[in-house]
Amino acid sequence: MRIKPSRKLVFLITVALLVLGMLLMGCGKSLSGTVTEAGSTTVYPLAQALGDAFHEKHPDVAIETAQGGSGAGISQCASGAVDIGAASRELKPTDPQLVTHQLAWDGIAIITKPGNPVTGLTKDQVREIFNGTITNWNDIGGPDHSINVYVREETSGTRGAFQELIMGTDTIVSTAIVQNGSGPIKVAVSGDAYGIGFESMAYLVGDPPIKALDIDGVAATQANAKSGTYPVIRPLYFLTKEEPTGLVKDFIDFCLSAEGQQIVADNGYITVS
Amino acid sequence: MIDRSSRTLFLVCAFVSLAILAAIAVFTLKEALPAFRQVGLWHFLFGMKFSVNNQEYGILPMIIGTIQVTIGAAIVAVPVGILCAILLAEVAPPRVRQVLRPAIELLVGIPSVVYGMVGMVLLVPLIRHFEGSGYSLLAGIIVLSVMILPTIVSISEDSIRAVPKSYREGSLALGATHWQTIWRVLLPAARSGIVASVVLAMGRAIGEAMAMIMVIGNSPVIAKSLFGQASTLPSWIATYAEGVSTTGIDRSALFAMSVVLFVLIIIVDGTALLILRRGNRAQSVS
Repeated sequence: MRIKPSRKLVFLITVALLVLGMLLMGCGKSLSGTVTEAGSTTVYPLAQALGDAFHEKHPDVAIETAQGGSGAGISQCASGAVDIGAASRELKPTDPQLVTHQLAWDGIAIITKPGNPVTGLTKDQVREIFNGTITNWNDIGGPDHSINVYVREETSGTRGAFQELIMGTDTIVSTAIVQNGSGPIKVAVSGDAYGIGFESMAYLVGDPPIKALDIDGVAATQANAKSGTYPVIRPLYFLTKEEPTGLVKDFIDFCLSAEGQQIVADNGYITVS
Repeated sequence: MIDRSSRTLFLVCAFVSLAILAAIAVFTLKEALPAFRQVGLWHFLFGMKFSVNNQEYGILPMIIGTIQVTIGAAIVAVPVGILCAILLAEVAPPRVRQVLRPAIELLVGIPSVVYGMVGMVLLVPLIRHFEGSGYSLLAGIIVLSVMILPTIVSISEDSIRAVPKSYREGSLALGATHWQTIWRVLLPAARSGIVASVVLAMGRAIGEAMAMIMVIGNSPVIAKSLFGQASTLPSWIATYAEGVSTTGIDRSALFAMSVVLFVLIIIVDGTALLILRRGNRAQSVS
C-alpha cells in the first residue's frame, strides 16, 4: 500500500512532462522528428556532416545515418526501411524506380601506399591491372613484385562507377581482394606496399595516409575533378521512394542549399553546380 | 501438481525451440527455392563464377573455401588442443592450472571480430612478408584455429577429468607408466567428450563470417595455394547480405548458400554422432 502513491506520483509527473513536451513542440515552429539515411559508404561521411549541421539548426531533429554500400542504400530505400537511401553511382534500368537528388560529385582515385614509386598510370593501364593483364609492378615502372589488387564488393557504388568509367565491358580479375567499405579498402591498401585499389576522392585525406595516382597525367585533386580534366568522376545521390515531403524534404533542401553545398565542399566532395 | 506443471513448462520450452528452428529452416528453404530453380542445382553447386552484376551464381569456390578453412583449422587446433587438455588435466601442477584454465575459458568469450582484427593487423602483414598479399587461406586457417582452440581444450579437459578415478588407478596399479595411462586408458575413455569438443569447435569454425572477411581476402576463387585468397560461404553471405536487392534472385542465391551451409553443418554433426555411437558400442562390447 505504501508503494502505491509514489507510483502514482511518478506516473503523473511523466504524463505532465509528456504534455508539457507536446505543448512546447506545438508552440514553436521548430522542426522535430527523425530522418533515417543509409547506403553508400562514400556518401556516409558527408551525410553525417550534413546531418550534424541540420541537427545544429534544428535541435529536435535527429538525422540517423548508416553505412552499407550503395546497393543497400537502393534496396533499403525501395523497401521503405529508411527515408533516404544514398548511392554513389548512376541508377541502372534494373534498379528499382526511385527519385534521385544529386548531392555532389565525387572523383574516384586510384590509390597505393605512400612511398610506392609509381606516380601515374594511363586509364588503359588501370584497366589492364584490374582485369588481370598486368600483374607485376615492373610492367608499370615499379619494383619486380606482383600487384595485389584490392576492390570493393560488387554492390558497391564506387565499384559500379569504376566498372563503368574504367573497365567498360572487361571483368575485374576474380583473385582481387574484396573489402566491403570505403574505409576498409583504404586501410588495406595503406598497409600493403604492393597493393592498388580504387577509392572515393573524399577519403584521400586523413588517416591512414594514402597516395592517389595521376590518371592520364592529371593529378587526382578536387580542382581537376571539378574542371573535368580528371577523367573518373561520378555523381552522388540521395534517393527517396517518392517526391519527398515534410521533414525529409526540409533536410534534402538544406543539403542542396548554398549552406549545404558549402559543407559538401568542406568535406572534400565536389559541389553540384 | 508441481511435477505436472513443470513437465508442461519443459515441454513448452522444448517445443518453442524446435518451432523456432523449424521456422528458420522453412523460411530459409522457401527463400532459397527461386535460386535453386532458376540457376539449377548443378550449376549452383558446381559453378565457378559468382557475380551479381552478371547474374552468375556458382558457389563452388565458397564451398571449397569453407571446407578448406574448417579442416585446416581442425588439423592445427585438434592436436594442440588435446595435448593442452592433457597437460591441464594430468600433467600441470594445480597452480599452473588455476591460471591457465580461466585464461583459456576467457578466450572462448572473445568476439570473433577481435580475432579478425588481430589477424588483419598482425598476421596478414606477416604472411605478406613471405608470399602474396597476406589475405589468404593460411591467415584464415590460423585465425580460426586460435578461435576454436579454447573450445577444444576446455571440453576435452572436462571429459578427461570425468574419467572415473578407478580407471587411472587400475592402470597405474597394473604397472603402466603415467604416459601409457594417459594414452591407452584416459584418452579412449574420454573419447566421446573429446569428439564432441572437436565437433562443437568445427561448428563454430564453419559458420564464422566476420573474422574470415577480415583476413581471407574474400575473393570468389579457389585458392591456388595456402597463400592464395579465398572466400567462405558465411563470409560471402555477410558481404552481400546488405547490398543485394531485397527482392529477386540475388537475395535468393544468398539464402540458397545458407541452405548449403546448413547441409554442411548437418554433415559434420552427423559424422560426429556416428563416430560417437560407434565408439560407445565398441566400449560396451569390450
